[in-house]
Amino acid sequence: MARPKANDRLIRISLLVVALSAISILAIITIFIFEQGLPIMAKYGLKNFLLGQDWFPSEKSFGLLPMIVGSLLVTLGALLIGVPLGLASAIFLTEFSTRRVSRILKPVIELLSGIPSVVYGFLGLMFLVPFIRETFGGPGLSVLSASIILGIMILPTIISISIDSIRAVPDSYREGSMALGATKWQTVRMVVLPAARSGLVAGIILGMGRAIGETMAVIMVAGNAADLPGSLLAPVRTLTSNIALEMAYASGEHRQALFATGVILFVIIMILNFLANLTARKQSRK
Amino acid sequence: MAEIIGGANIIEVKSLSVFYSQFQVLKNVNIDIQVRKITALIGPSGCGKSTFLRTLNRMNDLVEGARTEGRVIFDGKNIFDDDIDLLELRRRVGMVFQRPNPFPLSVFDNVTYGLRVHGQTDPTSMEERLFHSLQAVNLWDELKDRLQTNALWLTGEQQQRLCIARVLAVEPEVVLMDEPCSALDPTATARIEDLMYQLKQKYTIIIVTHNMQQAARVSDYTGYFLLGELVEFGLTDQIFTSPRDRRTEDYITGRFG
Repeated sequence: MARPKANDRLIRISLLVVALSAISILAIITIFIFEQGLPIMAKYGLKNFLLGQDWFPSEKSFGLLPMIVGSLLVTLGALLIGVPLGLASAIFLTEFSTRRVSRILKPVIELLSGIPSVVYGFLGLMFLVPFIRETFGGPGLSVLSASIILGIMILPTIISISIDSIRAVPDSYREGSMALGATKWQTVRMVVLPAARSGLVAGIILGMGRAIGETMAVIMVAGNAADLPGSLLAPVRTLTSNIALEMAYASGEHRQALFATGVILFVIIMILNFLANLTARKQSRK
Repeated sequence: MAEIIGGANIIEVKSLSVFYSQFQVLKNVNIDIQVRKITALIGPSGCGKSTFLRTLNRMNDLVEGARTEGRVIFDGKNIFDDDIDLLELRRRVGMVFQRPNPFPLSVFDNVTYGLRVHGQTDPTSMEERLFHSLQAVNLWDELKDRLQTNALWLTGEQQQRLCIARVLAVEPEVVLMDEPCSALDPTATARIEDLMYQLKQKYTIIIVTHNMQQAARVSDYTGYFLLGELVEFGLTDQIFTSPRDRRTEDYITGRFG
Protein backbone atom coordinates (compact mmCIF):
# COMPACT_ATOMS: atom_id res chain seq x y z
CA MET A 1 0.00 0.00 0.00
CA ALA A 2 2.79 2.41 0.86
CA ARG A 3 4.62 2.14 -2.43
CA PRO A 4 1.81 3.14 -4.80
CA LYS A 5 1.02 6.06 -2.55
CA ALA A 6 4.62 7.28 -2.59
CA ASN A 7 4.63 6.80 -6.34
CA ASP A 8 1.51 8.86 -6.72
CA ARG A 9 3.04 11.67 -4.74
CA LEU A 10 6.23 11.58 -6.79
CA ILE A 11 4.28 11.73 -10.04
CA ARG A 12 2.09 14.51 -8.72
CA ILE A 13 5.07 16.60 -7.69
CA SER A 14 6.94 16.13 -10.95
CA LEU A 15 3.83 17.01 -12.95
CA LEU A 16 3.38 20.07 -10.79
CA VAL A 17 6.96 21.15 -11.48
CA VAL A 18 6.49 20.72 -15.23
CA ALA A 19 3.20 22.59 -15.16
CA LEU A 20 4.68 25.41 -13.11
CA SER A 21 7.66 25.76 -15.39
CA ALA A 22 5.41 26.05 -18.43
CA ILE A 23 3.36 28.71 -16.67
CA SER A 24 6.44 30.53 -15.44
CA ILE A 25 7.86 30.71 -18.98
CA LEU A 26 4.65 32.39 -20.03
CA ALA A 27 4.86 34.72 -17.05
CA ILE A 28 8.48 35.62 -17.78
CA ILE A 29 7.70 36.46 -21.41
CA THR A 30 4.79 38.61 -20.34
CA ILE A 31 6.83 40.43 -17.72
CA PHE A 32 9.66 40.98 -20.17
CA ILE A 33 7.44 42.45 -22.86
CA PHE A 34 5.75 44.78 -20.41
CA GLU A 35 9.03 45.75 -18.77
CA GLN A 36 10.46 46.71 -22.16
CA GLY A 37 7.36 48.35 -23.56
CA LEU A 38 5.71 50.15 -20.67
CA PRO A 39 8.37 52.79 -19.82
CA ILE A 40 8.25 54.41 -23.23
CA MET A 41 4.46 54.40 -23.19
CA ALA A 42 4.61 56.17 -19.86
CA LYS A 43 7.16 58.66 -21.17
CA TYR A 44 5.25 59.75 -24.28
CA GLY A 45 1.76 59.13 -22.93
CA LEU A 46 -0.58 56.22 -23.52
CA LYS A 47 -2.92 58.47 -25.43
CA ASN A 48 -0.26 59.29 -28.01
CA PHE A 49 0.42 55.63 -28.55
CA LEU A 50 -3.18 54.56 -28.85
CA LEU A 51 -4.60 57.53 -30.75
CA GLY A 52 -1.59 59.04 -32.52
CA GLN A 53 -1.83 58.65 -36.27
CA ASP A 54 1.81 59.28 -37.16
CA TRP A 55 4.44 56.60 -36.90
CA PHE A 56 7.83 58.29 -37.42
CA PRO A 57 10.15 56.59 -34.96
CA SER A 58 13.15 58.71 -36.04
CA GLU A 59 11.23 61.86 -35.06
CA LYS A 60 9.99 60.35 -31.78
CA SER A 61 6.45 60.09 -33.09
CA PHE A 62 4.99 56.75 -32.07
CA GLY A 63 1.33 56.83 -33.06
CA LEU A 64 0.07 53.25 -33.33
CA LEU A 65 -3.54 53.95 -34.29
CA PRO A 66 -3.08 52.97 -37.97
CA MET A 67 -1.61 49.64 -36.93
CA ILE A 68 -4.27 49.01 -34.28
CA VAL A 69 -6.99 49.77 -36.80
CA GLY A 70 -5.14 47.68 -39.38
CA SER A 71 -4.90 44.64 -37.15
CA LEU A 72 -8.56 44.87 -36.14
CA LEU A 73 -9.68 45.40 -39.74
CA VAL A 74 -7.86 42.45 -41.26
CA THR A 75 -8.87 40.23 -38.34
CA LEU A 76 -12.50 41.22 -38.74
CA GLY A 77 -12.22 40.68 -42.48
CA ALA A 78 -10.66 37.26 -41.94
CA LEU A 79 -13.47 36.28 -39.57
CA LEU A 80 -16.13 37.52 -41.98
CA ILE A 81 -14.67 35.23 -44.61
CA GLY A 82 -13.45 32.34 -42.51
CA VAL A 83 -16.29 31.87 -40.02
CA PRO A 84 -19.20 31.36 -42.44
CA LEU A 85 -17.12 29.19 -44.74
CA GLY A 86 -15.64 27.22 -41.86
CA LEU A 87 -18.93 26.64 -40.07
CA ALA A 88 -20.66 25.68 -43.29
CA SER A 89 -17.92 23.15 -44.08
CA ALA A 90 -18.02 21.72 -40.58
CA ILE A 91 -21.82 21.40 -40.64
CA PHE A 92 -21.70 19.75 -44.03
CA LEU A 93 -18.98 17.29 -43.04
CA THR A 94 -20.61 16.28 -39.77
CA GLU A 95 -24.33 16.29 -40.53
CA PHE A 96 -24.90 16.09 -44.25
CA SER A 97 -22.07 14.25 -45.97
CA THR A 98 -21.63 10.51 -45.97
CA ARG A 99 -19.15 9.13 -43.51
CA ARG A 100 -16.76 8.24 -46.32
CA VAL A 101 -16.59 11.76 -47.67
CA SER A 102 -15.89 13.26 -44.27
CA ARG A 103 -13.29 10.62 -43.52
CA ILE A 104 -11.41 11.72 -46.64
CA LEU A 105 -11.98 15.46 -46.40
CA LYS A 106 -11.24 16.08 -42.74
CA PRO A 107 -7.55 15.06 -42.90
CA VAL A 108 -7.18 17.09 -46.08
CA ILE A 109 -8.50 20.17 -44.32
CA GLU A 110 -6.21 19.56 -41.38
CA LEU A 111 -3.32 19.29 -43.80
CA LEU A 112 -4.05 22.88 -44.86
CA SER A 113 -2.98 24.10 -41.44
CA GLY A 114 0.41 22.50 -41.99
CA ILE A 115 1.22 24.74 -44.96
CA PRO A 116 3.72 27.41 -43.84
CA SER A 117 2.32 30.92 -43.77
CA VAL A 118 5.00 32.18 -46.14
CA VAL A 119 3.55 29.89 -48.80
CA TYR A 120 0.08 31.36 -48.28
CA GLY A 121 1.63 34.81 -48.51
CA PHE A 122 3.52 33.95 -51.67
CA LEU A 123 0.42 32.52 -53.35
CA GLY A 124 -1.47 35.63 -52.33
CA LEU A 125 1.20 37.89 -53.73
CA MET A 126 1.43 36.00 -57.01
CA PHE A 127 -2.27 35.46 -57.73
CA LEU A 128 -4.62 37.27 -55.36
CA VAL A 129 -2.91 40.66 -55.32
CA PRO A 130 -2.74 41.02 -59.14
CA PHE A 131 -6.33 39.78 -59.37
CA ILE A 132 -7.58 42.41 -56.94
CA ARG A 133 -5.48 45.12 -58.61
CA GLU A 134 -6.95 44.31 -62.02
CA THR A 135 -10.54 43.73 -60.90
CA PHE A 136 -11.10 46.42 -58.29
CA GLY A 137 -8.21 48.82 -58.90
CA GLY A 138 -5.79 50.16 -56.32
CA PRO A 139 -2.39 48.67 -55.61
CA GLY A 140 -3.76 45.19 -54.91
CA LEU A 141 -1.71 45.06 -51.73
CA SER A 142 -4.63 45.85 -49.44
CA VAL A 143 -6.93 45.21 -46.50
CA LEU A 144 -8.98 43.01 -48.79
CA SER A 145 -6.07 40.81 -49.86
CA ALA A 146 -4.88 40.38 -46.30
CA SER A 147 -8.40 39.53 -45.11
CA ILE A 148 -8.89 36.91 -47.80
CA ILE A 149 -5.54 35.25 -47.18
CA LEU A 150 -6.10 35.25 -43.42
CA GLY A 151 -9.65 34.03 -43.86
CA ILE A 152 -8.32 31.03 -45.75
CA MET A 153 -5.55 30.46 -43.23
CA ILE A 154 -7.93 30.27 -40.27
CA LEU A 155 -10.27 27.83 -42.05
CA PRO A 156 -8.56 24.61 -40.87
CA THR A 157 -8.61 25.78 -37.25
CA ILE A 158 -12.27 26.75 -37.35
CA ILE A 159 -13.35 23.69 -39.32
CA SER A 160 -11.59 21.05 -37.27
CA ILE A 161 -12.58 22.49 -33.90
CA SER A 162 -16.16 22.99 -35.10
CA ILE A 163 -16.29 19.42 -36.36
CA ASP A 164 -15.10 18.13 -33.00
CA SER A 165 -17.61 20.15 -31.05
CA ILE A 166 -20.52 19.25 -33.36
CA ARG A 167 -19.59 15.58 -33.11
CA ALA A 168 -19.55 15.90 -29.33
CA VAL A 169 -23.26 16.78 -29.33
CA PRO A 170 -25.08 13.64 -28.12
CA ASP A 171 -27.14 11.84 -30.76
CA SER A 172 -30.03 11.75 -28.31
CA TYR A 173 -30.60 15.46 -29.02
CA ARG A 174 -30.79 14.80 -32.75
CA GLU A 175 -33.14 11.86 -32.20
CA GLY A 176 -35.37 13.89 -29.90
CA SER A 177 -35.62 16.61 -32.48
CA MET A 178 -36.22 14.33 -35.47
CA ALA A 179 -38.83 12.39 -33.50
CA LEU A 180 -40.79 15.62 -33.05
CA GLY A 181 -40.97 15.94 -36.82
CA ALA A 182 -38.10 18.38 -37.30
CA THR A 183 -36.16 18.36 -40.54
CA LYS A 184 -32.45 17.68 -40.54
CA TRP A 185 -31.68 21.35 -41.06
CA GLN A 186 -34.04 22.48 -38.28
CA THR A 187 -32.35 19.97 -35.99
CA VAL A 188 -28.93 21.35 -36.84
CA ARG A 189 -29.97 24.97 -36.54
CA MET A 190 -32.16 24.78 -33.46
CA VAL A 191 -30.52 22.06 -31.39
CA VAL A 192 -27.11 20.91 -32.58
CA LEU A 193 -25.49 24.31 -33.13
CA PRO A 194 -26.77 25.81 -29.85
CA ALA A 195 -25.55 22.68 -28.04
CA ALA A 196 -22.14 22.97 -29.68
CA ARG A 197 -21.93 26.73 -29.18
CA SER A 198 -19.13 26.91 -26.64
CA GLY A 199 -16.93 24.70 -28.81
CA LEU A 200 -17.78 26.71 -31.91
CA VAL A 201 -16.88 29.94 -30.13
CA ALA A 202 -13.63 28.37 -28.95
CA GLY A 203 -12.79 27.54 -32.57
CA ILE A 204 -13.58 31.07 -33.66
CA ILE A 205 -11.44 32.49 -30.85
CA LEU A 206 -8.51 30.33 -31.86
CA GLY A 207 -9.00 31.34 -35.48
CA MET A 208 -9.15 34.96 -34.44
CA GLY A 209 -5.97 34.55 -32.43
CA ARG A 210 -4.28 33.06 -35.43
CA ALA A 211 -5.47 35.89 -37.69
CA ILE A 212 -4.43 38.72 -35.40
CA GLY A 213 -1.08 37.10 -34.69
CA GLU A 214 -0.23 36.12 -38.25
CA THR A 215 2.71 38.13 -39.58
CA MET A 216 4.53 36.78 -42.60
CA ALA A 217 1.60 36.20 -44.93
CA VAL A 218 0.15 39.59 -44.00
CA ILE A 219 3.38 41.43 -44.66
CA MET A 220 3.51 39.90 -48.12
CA VAL A 221 0.02 40.97 -49.25
CA ALA A 222 -1.00 43.97 -47.12
CA GLY A 223 1.24 46.71 -48.51
CA ASN A 224 2.34 47.78 -45.02
CA ALA A 225 1.87 51.54 -45.29
CA ALA A 226 1.68 52.97 -41.76
CA ASP A 227 -1.41 55.03 -42.54
CA LEU A 228 -5.05 54.63 -41.68
CA PRO A 229 -6.49 52.72 -44.63
CA GLY A 230 -9.08 54.80 -46.50
CA SER A 231 -10.78 51.82 -48.09
CA LEU A 232 -10.68 48.06 -48.34
CA LEU A 233 -8.42 48.45 -51.35
CA ALA A 234 -5.86 50.60 -49.54
CA PRO A 235 -2.67 49.14 -48.11
CA VAL A 236 -2.54 48.50 -44.40
CA ARG A 237 0.01 47.66 -41.72
CA THR A 238 -0.81 45.45 -38.74
CA LEU A 239 0.75 45.52 -35.27
CA THR A 240 2.62 42.29 -35.92
CA SER A 241 3.95 43.55 -39.25
CA ASN A 242 5.09 46.73 -37.55
CA ILE A 243 7.34 44.75 -35.24
CA ALA A 244 8.60 42.36 -37.89
CA LEU A 245 9.35 45.04 -40.48
CA GLU A 246 11.39 47.28 -38.22
CA MET A 247 13.00 45.04 -35.63
CA ALA A 248 16.10 44.48 -37.72
CA TYR A 249 17.30 48.07 -37.46
CA ALA A 250 15.44 49.45 -34.44
CA SER A 251 17.42 50.58 -31.43
CA GLY A 252 16.89 52.70 -28.33
CA GLU A 253 13.45 54.23 -28.05
CA HIS A 254 12.46 52.87 -31.44
CA ARG A 255 13.13 49.39 -30.16
CA GLN A 256 11.15 50.09 -27.01
CA ALA A 257 8.29 51.40 -29.14
CA LEU A 258 8.21 48.07 -30.94
CA PHE A 259 7.90 46.36 -27.58
CA ALA A 260 5.11 48.80 -26.79
CA THR A 261 3.49 47.57 -30.01
CA GLY A 262 3.78 44.08 -28.58
CA VAL A 263 2.14 45.19 -25.33
CA ILE A 264 -0.81 46.65 -27.19
CA LEU A 265 -1.14 43.51 -29.30
CA PHE A 266 -1.07 41.44 -26.14
CA VAL A 267 -3.77 43.51 -24.47
CA ILE A 268 -5.99 43.51 -27.57
CA ILE A 269 -5.82 39.72 -27.77
CA MET A 270 -6.67 39.43 -24.07
CA ILE A 271 -9.67 41.72 -24.48
CA LEU A 272 -10.93 39.90 -27.56
CA ASN A 273 -10.62 36.52 -25.83
CA PHE A 274 -12.38 37.85 -22.78
CA LEU A 275 -15.25 39.27 -24.84
CA ALA A 276 -15.64 36.11 -26.87
CA ASN A 277 -15.70 33.95 -23.75
CA LEU A 278 -18.18 36.28 -22.13
CA THR A 279 -20.63 36.09 -25.02
CA ALA A 280 -20.27 32.32 -25.18
CA ARG A 281 -21.02 31.95 -21.51
CA LYS A 282 -23.89 34.42 -21.50
CA GLN A 283 -25.60 32.72 -24.42
CA SER A 284 -25.16 29.20 -23.13
CA ARG A 285 -26.70 30.15 -19.80
CA LYS A 286 -29.76 31.49 -21.54
CA MET B 1 -56.91 -13.41 -30.88
CA ALA B 2 -60.57 -12.77 -31.51
CA GLU B 3 -61.33 -11.14 -28.17
CA ILE B 4 -58.68 -8.50 -28.72
CA ILE B 5 -60.25 -7.12 -31.81
CA GLY B 6 -62.96 -5.03 -30.28
CA GLY B 7 -62.47 -1.25 -30.08
CA ALA B 8 -61.10 0.85 -32.89
CA ASN B 9 -57.61 0.11 -34.14
CA ILE B 10 -55.43 3.17 -34.54
CA ILE B 11 -52.45 1.22 -35.90
CA GLU B 12 -52.53 -2.05 -37.78
CA VAL B 13 -49.23 -3.79 -38.36
CA LYS B 14 -49.29 -6.35 -41.17
CA SER B 15 -46.47 -8.86 -41.72
CA LEU B 16 -43.79 -6.43 -40.68
CA SER B 17 -40.18 -7.50 -41.07
CA VAL B 18 -37.19 -5.27 -40.38
CA PHE B 19 -33.60 -5.90 -41.40
CA TYR B 20 -30.37 -4.20 -40.35
CA SER B 21 -28.18 -4.95 -43.35
CA GLN B 22 -28.29 -8.78 -43.52
CA PHE B 23 -29.64 -9.33 -40.03
CA GLN B 24 -33.39 -9.78 -39.62
CA VAL B 25 -34.48 -8.02 -36.44
CA LEU B 26 -38.24 -8.45 -36.77
CA LYS B 27 -39.94 -11.46 -38.32
CA ASN B 28 -43.41 -11.13 -39.76
CA VAL B 29 -45.01 -9.19 -36.92
CA ASN B 30 -48.79 -8.70 -36.94
CA ILE B 31 -50.40 -6.55 -34.29
CA ASP B 32 -53.39 -4.26 -33.91
CA ILE B 33 -53.01 -1.31 -31.57
CA GLN B 34 -56.22 -0.07 -30.01
CA VAL B 35 -56.97 3.58 -29.67
CA ARG B 36 -56.62 5.16 -26.21
CA LYS B 37 -55.24 2.05 -24.60
CA ILE B 38 -51.83 1.31 -23.21
CA THR B 39 -50.05 -1.46 -25.05
CA ALA B 40 -46.92 -2.84 -23.41
CA LEU B 41 -44.22 -4.67 -25.32
CA ILE B 42 -42.07 -6.97 -23.22
CA GLY B 43 -39.27 -9.39 -23.94
CA PRO B 44 -35.59 -9.96 -23.28
CA SER B 45 -32.92 -7.53 -24.56
CA GLY B 46 -32.32 -7.71 -28.28
CA CYS B 47 -35.72 -9.25 -29.01
CA GLY B 48 -36.66 -6.43 -31.37
CA LYS B 49 -39.22 -4.61 -29.25
CA SER B 50 -37.41 -1.28 -29.43
CA THR B 51 -36.88 -1.72 -33.15
CA PHE B 52 -40.59 -2.36 -33.50
CA LEU B 53 -41.38 0.82 -31.61
CA ARG B 54 -38.99 2.88 -33.73
CA THR B 55 -40.56 1.53 -36.89
CA LEU B 56 -43.92 3.03 -35.98
CA ASN B 57 -42.68 6.61 -36.42
CA ARG B 58 -40.02 5.59 -38.94
CA MET B 59 -37.13 6.59 -36.71
CA ASN B 60 -35.41 3.47 -38.02
CA ASP B 61 -34.98 5.35 -41.29
CA LEU B 62 -32.09 7.12 -39.56
CA VAL B 63 -30.24 3.84 -39.02
CA GLU B 64 -27.86 3.10 -41.85
CA GLY B 65 -28.73 -0.15 -43.62
CA ALA B 66 -32.23 -0.49 -42.12
CA ARG B 67 -34.83 -2.02 -44.45
CA THR B 68 -38.50 -2.75 -43.92
CA GLU B 69 -41.03 -5.16 -45.40
CA GLY B 70 -44.76 -5.34 -44.74
CA ARG B 71 -47.18 -2.58 -43.88
CA VAL B 72 -48.03 -0.36 -40.95
CA ILE B 73 -51.45 1.19 -41.41
CA PHE B 74 -51.94 4.38 -39.44
CA ASP B 75 -55.10 6.40 -40.03
CA GLY B 76 -55.90 4.32 -43.10
CA LYS B 77 -52.55 4.83 -44.79
CA ASN B 78 -49.43 2.71 -45.00
CA ILE B 79 -46.66 4.75 -43.35
CA PHE B 80 -44.10 3.31 -45.78
CA ASP B 81 -45.90 4.75 -48.80
CA ASP B 82 -43.84 7.21 -50.80
CA ASP B 83 -46.36 10.01 -50.48
CA ILE B 84 -46.52 9.90 -46.68
CA ASP B 85 -45.58 13.17 -44.96
CA LEU B 86 -42.82 11.88 -42.71
CA LEU B 87 -42.61 15.01 -40.57
CA GLU B 88 -46.36 14.98 -40.04
CA LEU B 89 -46.23 11.27 -39.16
CA ARG B 90 -43.66 11.97 -36.48
CA ARG B 91 -45.75 14.81 -35.14
CA ARG B 92 -48.78 12.52 -34.86
CA VAL B 93 -46.79 9.57 -33.49
CA GLY B 94 -44.57 11.07 -30.81
CA MET B 95 -41.72 9.37 -29.01
CA VAL B 96 -40.28 9.40 -25.51
CA PHE B 97 -36.82 7.92 -25.12
CA GLN B 98 -35.12 5.69 -22.61
CA ARG B 99 -32.83 8.35 -21.21
CA PRO B 100 -34.47 11.73 -20.73
CA ASN B 101 -33.12 13.83 -23.59
CA PRO B 102 -34.29 17.40 -23.13
CA PHE B 103 -32.48 19.83 -25.40
CA PRO B 104 -29.90 22.03 -23.66
CA LEU B 105 -32.33 24.92 -23.98
CA SER B 106 -34.79 26.58 -21.61
CA VAL B 107 -37.89 24.78 -20.37
CA PHE B 108 -39.94 27.10 -22.56
CA ASP B 109 -37.87 26.41 -25.66
CA ASN B 110 -38.02 22.67 -25.04
CA VAL B 111 -41.79 22.48 -24.79
CA THR B 112 -42.41 24.85 -27.69
CA TYR B 113 -39.74 23.23 -29.87
CA GLY B 114 -42.16 21.06 -31.81
CA LEU B 115 -44.47 24.00 -32.39
CA ARG B 116 -41.66 26.12 -33.77
CA VAL B 117 -40.50 23.23 -35.93
CA HIS B 118 -43.97 22.95 -37.42
CA GLY B 119 -44.22 26.69 -37.94
CA GLN B 120 -46.77 27.41 -35.21
CA THR B 121 -45.09 30.41 -33.67
CA ASP B 122 -48.03 32.57 -32.65
CA PRO B 123 -47.07 33.69 -29.10
CA THR B 124 -50.50 33.31 -27.50
CA SER B 125 -51.12 29.82 -28.79
CA MET B 126 -47.53 28.82 -27.92
CA GLU B 127 -48.06 29.91 -24.32
CA GLU B 128 -51.38 28.14 -24.19
CA ARG B 129 -49.86 24.93 -25.49
CA LEU B 130 -46.96 25.32 -23.06
CA PHE B 131 -49.40 25.62 -20.17
CA HIS B 132 -51.54 22.67 -21.19
CA SER B 133 -48.58 20.40 -21.92
CA LEU B 134 -46.83 21.13 -18.64
CA GLN B 135 -50.14 20.84 -16.83
CA ALA B 136 -50.76 17.45 -18.43
CA VAL B 137 -47.48 16.07 -17.07
CA ASN B 138 -47.99 17.74 -13.67
CA LEU B 139 -45.01 20.04 -14.09
CA TRP B 140 -46.72 23.40 -14.40
CA ASP B 141 -46.81 24.21 -10.69
CA GLU B 142 -43.20 23.14 -10.26
CA LEU B 143 -41.83 24.99 -13.25
CA LYS B 144 -44.12 27.94 -13.97
CA ASP B 145 -41.59 30.32 -12.39
CA ARG B 146 -38.61 28.63 -13.99
CA LEU B 147 -39.58 28.61 -17.64
CA GLN B 148 -36.29 30.21 -18.63
CA THR B 149 -34.17 27.70 -16.70
CA ASN B 150 -32.00 25.42 -18.78
CA ALA B 151 -33.73 22.05 -18.88
CA LEU B 152 -30.48 20.26 -18.05
CA TRP B 153 -30.77 21.67 -14.51
CA LEU B 154 -33.95 19.72 -13.81
CA THR B 155 -34.01 16.38 -12.01
CA GLY B 156 -34.13 13.18 -14.05
CA GLU B 157 -37.83 12.74 -13.40
CA GLN B 158 -38.62 16.35 -14.29
CA GLN B 159 -36.57 15.96 -17.45
CA GLN B 160 -38.53 12.88 -18.48
CA ARG B 161 -41.82 14.63 -17.75
CA LEU B 162 -40.60 17.57 -19.78
CA CYS B 163 -39.79 15.24 -22.67
CA ILE B 164 -43.33 13.90 -22.48
CA ALA B 165 -44.70 17.47 -22.37
CA ARG B 166 -42.57 18.30 -25.40
CA VAL B 167 -44.27 15.47 -27.30
CA LEU B 168 -47.77 16.39 -26.08
CA ALA B 169 -47.27 20.01 -27.18
CA VAL B 170 -47.54 19.02 -30.85
CA GLU B 171 -50.82 17.19 -30.14
CA PRO B 172 -49.92 13.66 -31.18
CA GLU B 173 -52.40 10.82 -31.34
CA VAL B 174 -49.97 8.07 -30.38
CA VAL B 175 -47.12 8.31 -27.87
CA LEU B 176 -44.34 5.73 -28.14
CA MET B 177 -42.34 5.21 -24.96
CA ASP B 178 -39.07 3.33 -25.07
CA GLU B 179 -38.38 2.18 -21.50
CA PRO B 180 -39.23 5.64 -20.22
CA CYS B 181 -38.55 4.79 -16.58
CA SER B 182 -35.33 2.83 -16.83
CA ALA B 183 -33.23 5.83 -15.80
CA LEU B 184 -35.54 6.74 -12.88
CA ASP B 185 -35.82 5.60 -9.29
CA PRO B 186 -38.89 3.62 -8.08
CA THR B 187 -40.80 6.65 -6.72
CA ALA B 188 -40.31 8.61 -9.91
CA THR B 189 -41.25 5.51 -11.88
CA ALA B 190 -44.50 5.18 -9.94
CA ARG B 191 -45.36 8.80 -10.68
CA ILE B 192 -44.60 8.44 -14.39
CA GLU B 193 -46.84 5.36 -14.42
CA ASP B 194 -49.65 7.39 -12.85
CA LEU B 195 -49.08 9.93 -15.55
CA MET B 196 -49.45 7.31 -18.28
CA TYR B 197 -52.73 6.32 -16.74
CA GLN B 198 -53.96 9.92 -16.97
CA LEU B 199 -52.67 10.32 -20.49
CA LYS B 200 -54.55 7.29 -21.72
CA GLN B 201 -57.77 9.35 -21.62
CA LYS B 202 -56.55 11.27 -24.65
CA TYR B 203 -53.68 9.35 -26.20
CA THR B 204 -52.79 5.90 -27.40
CA ILE B 205 -49.65 4.76 -25.62
CA ILE B 206 -47.26 2.02 -26.64
CA ILE B 207 -44.58 1.33 -24.09
CA VAL B 208 -41.53 -0.89 -24.35
CA THR B 209 -40.39 -2.10 -20.98
CA HIS B 210 -37.98 -4.51 -19.39
CA ASN B 211 -40.00 -4.45 -16.27
CA MET B 212 -42.79 -7.02 -16.28
CA GLN B 213 -44.43 -5.61 -13.17
CA GLN B 214 -44.62 -2.30 -14.93
CA ALA B 215 -46.29 -3.90 -17.94
CA ALA B 216 -48.74 -5.69 -15.66
CA ARG B 217 -49.50 -2.49 -13.72
CA VAL B 218 -50.06 0.01 -16.49
CA SER B 219 -51.05 -1.74 -19.67
CA ASP B 220 -54.31 -2.95 -21.17
CA TYR B 221 -52.63 -5.12 -23.78
CA THR B 222 -49.30 -6.86 -23.74
CA GLY B 223 -47.17 -8.27 -26.51
CA TYR B 224 -44.30 -10.62 -25.86
CA PHE B 225 -41.37 -10.50 -28.26
CA LEU B 226 -38.70 -13.16 -28.52
CA LEU B 227 -35.89 -13.21 -31.08
CA GLY B 228 -37.73 -10.86 -33.41
CA GLU B 229 -41.02 -12.68 -33.26
CA LEU B 230 -44.23 -11.57 -31.61
CA VAL B 231 -44.82 -14.73 -29.62
CA GLU B 232 -48.06 -13.73 -28.00
CA PHE B 233 -50.31 -10.72 -27.88
CA GLY B 234 -53.43 -10.22 -25.84
CA LEU B 235 -55.15 -8.60 -22.90
CA THR B 236 -52.59 -7.96 -20.18
CA ASP B 237 -54.61 -9.91 -17.61
CA GLN B 238 -54.75 -12.91 -19.86
CA ILE B 239 -51.05 -12.79 -20.77
CA PHE B 240 -50.00 -12.64 -17.15
CA THR B 241 -52.50 -15.13 -15.73
CA SER B 242 -52.99 -17.68 -18.48
CA PRO B 243 -50.46 -17.30 -21.26
CA ARG B 244 -51.14 -19.55 -24.22
CA ASP B 245 -47.60 -20.00 -25.35
CA ARG B 246 -45.10 -21.96 -23.32
CA ARG B 247 -42.35 -19.41 -24.07
CA THR B 248 -44.45 -16.55 -22.71
CA GLU B 249 -45.11 -18.50 -19.57
CA ASP B 250 -41.42 -19.23 -19.11
CA TYR B 251 -40.62 -15.56 -19.45
CA ILE B 252 -43.27 -14.10 -17.19
CA THR B 253 -42.70 -16.68 -14.50
CA GLY B 254 -39.06 -15.66 -14.54
CA ARG B 255 -37.66 -18.93 -15.81
CA PHE B 256 -35.41 -16.91 -18.11
CA GLY B 257 -34.87 -13.37 -19.37
